Amino acid sequence: MINTGDTAWILISTALVILMTPALAFFYGGMVRKKNILSTLMLSLAILAMISVQWVLYGYTLSFGPDRGGLIGGLDWLGLIGVGQDPNAGYAATIPHLAFMMFQMAFAIITPALITGAFVERINFSGFLVFILFWSTFIYAPVCHWVWGIGGWLRAMGALDFAGGTVVHITAGVSAIAVAMVIGKRKGYRKVPMEPSNIPFTVLGAFLLWFGWFGFNGGSALTSGGLATSAFVVTNTAAAAAALTWMLVSWIHKRPSVLGLSTGAVVGLVAITPASGFVSPLSALAIGCIAALISYYAILIRMRTNLDDSLDVFACHGMGGITGALCTGLFAEKAINSAGANGWFFGNPGQFYIQLITVLVVAIFSFLVSFVLAKVIDAVFSLRARSEEEEVGLDISQHGETAYSA
Amino acid sequence: MALKKIEAIIRTEKLEEVRIALEEKGIIGMTVTEVKGRGSQKGILLEWRAGEYRVEFLPKLKLELVVDQTDAEKVIEAIETAAQTGKTGDGKIFISTVEDVVRVRTGERGKAAL
Repeated sequence: MINTGDTAWILISTALVILMTPALAFFYGGMVRKKNILSTLMLSLAILAMISVQWVLYGYTLSFGPDRGGLIGGLDWLGLIGVGQDPNAGYAATIPHLAFMMFQMAFAIITPALITGAFVERINFSGFLVFILFWSTFIYAPVCHWVWGIGGWLRAMGALDFAGGTVVHITAGVSAIAVAMVIGKRKGYRKVPMEPSNIPFTVLGAFLLWFGWFGFNGGSALTSGGLATSAFVVTNTAAAAAALTWMLVSWIHKRPSVLGLSTGAVVGLVAITPASGFVSPLSALAIGCIAALISYYAILIRMRTNLDDSLDVFACHGMGGITGALCTGLFAEKAINSAGANGWFFGNPGQFYIQLITVLVVAIFSFLVSFVLAKVIDAVFSLRARSEEEEVGLDISQHGETAYSA
Repeated sequence: MALKKIEAIIRTEKLEEVRIALEEKGIIGMTVTEVKGRGSQKGILLEWRAGEYRVEFLPKLKLELVVDQTDAEKVIEAIETAAQTGKTGDGKIFISTVEDVVRVRTGERGKAAL
């Protein structure tokens, strides 16, 4: 039975989440050098177009189609045949099945876009497109099915992931390390300065992400009542707590940069994502603070290594997602969401172990499959731009455009 | 006929003070270019998301004026006074001799073209 309030909220939420991919494009684009800003925008926007098509053709049915052995969705809904205006009671009983499909499409789009921060400024565009298509098929679809699909084995085990800490942020964040290892560091990494082209774009992107995240987490209730509101509140609370924590920590070290505060906000949003339908506002404060501290020091550590995860996809999304998934196992309360579970702090230590196993399984799977995919695609299509293309910048060499006239 | 070219690298925020100081001495014409550069102190550190990154070249302005030799010293003095903060990064002034000047509109040469 369709509820118009629920449907309206899910359609609005979908549009909010779709906005997050261009927001991410600007978040990343502002941090790369001037000669690569268009290329960096293009990576996210090409994914928006490509995965929109892939999801309709076969991505949705692989992820959410009728279960095959707990591992993958069947091909029954290929080309969205059989996905119509009537609800699918198993996933969301009060909105059209098409609305659920479309909401999930927005997640399938932004997840691979997150990875692009690991290989900006040196990626070969054609190899990149092939990699993303394979990544969405061989990593996103199965993990999405395991955690969210009816019959998925991690869902059956009791793993809690309200809006994608595991499905979105851990898969993307861990894959980022694998691809960065395969593609190698940028020319001059840690030797020549790499000045961000436009910090205001990054700041604008971060706060549009914050805005879009109300749909990401609030919409994941799949209804428009109390649970959506609760998720909405904790989302804002965690983002604010993380932004504030980041600002204070960087102030202790030197000065409170707006780039730092914006990064902190995004990390808080990442960390609350899996927990957003299960925790109280006070728990959200704690989760935001913890996640900001962990990711802040993760960036400092990464900067001392030779791993050029250029925009710290692992430190922000990988570590943020892991922090959030584990914190869900600590702070979850059935009093917030009766369909959830209690965490360790509410008398159920078992939930923490379920979360830990889920994190390990998804992290290891994402890393290994990404590494193999990247190696194979690099050998066949080349993932890395040629040396002179990288030097002149990807805007000109890959796309024949320049962002600025002089 | 002796003409001097004065090239001054100054702090970006000092442009208006220098312009006013020169105007008070009757010096109106000049060309201003946005440049990047560094002195013996090298670049500066800026805040990254966490930690810092080094910027090796700093934005500065370059003023170029060609004046009669008799005006050169007062121009140099005006720029020096107006652009000075006393801290590193105040810039430099280069003085050189110019062979000739042509006013494009009329074809006038030398001092008459200034």
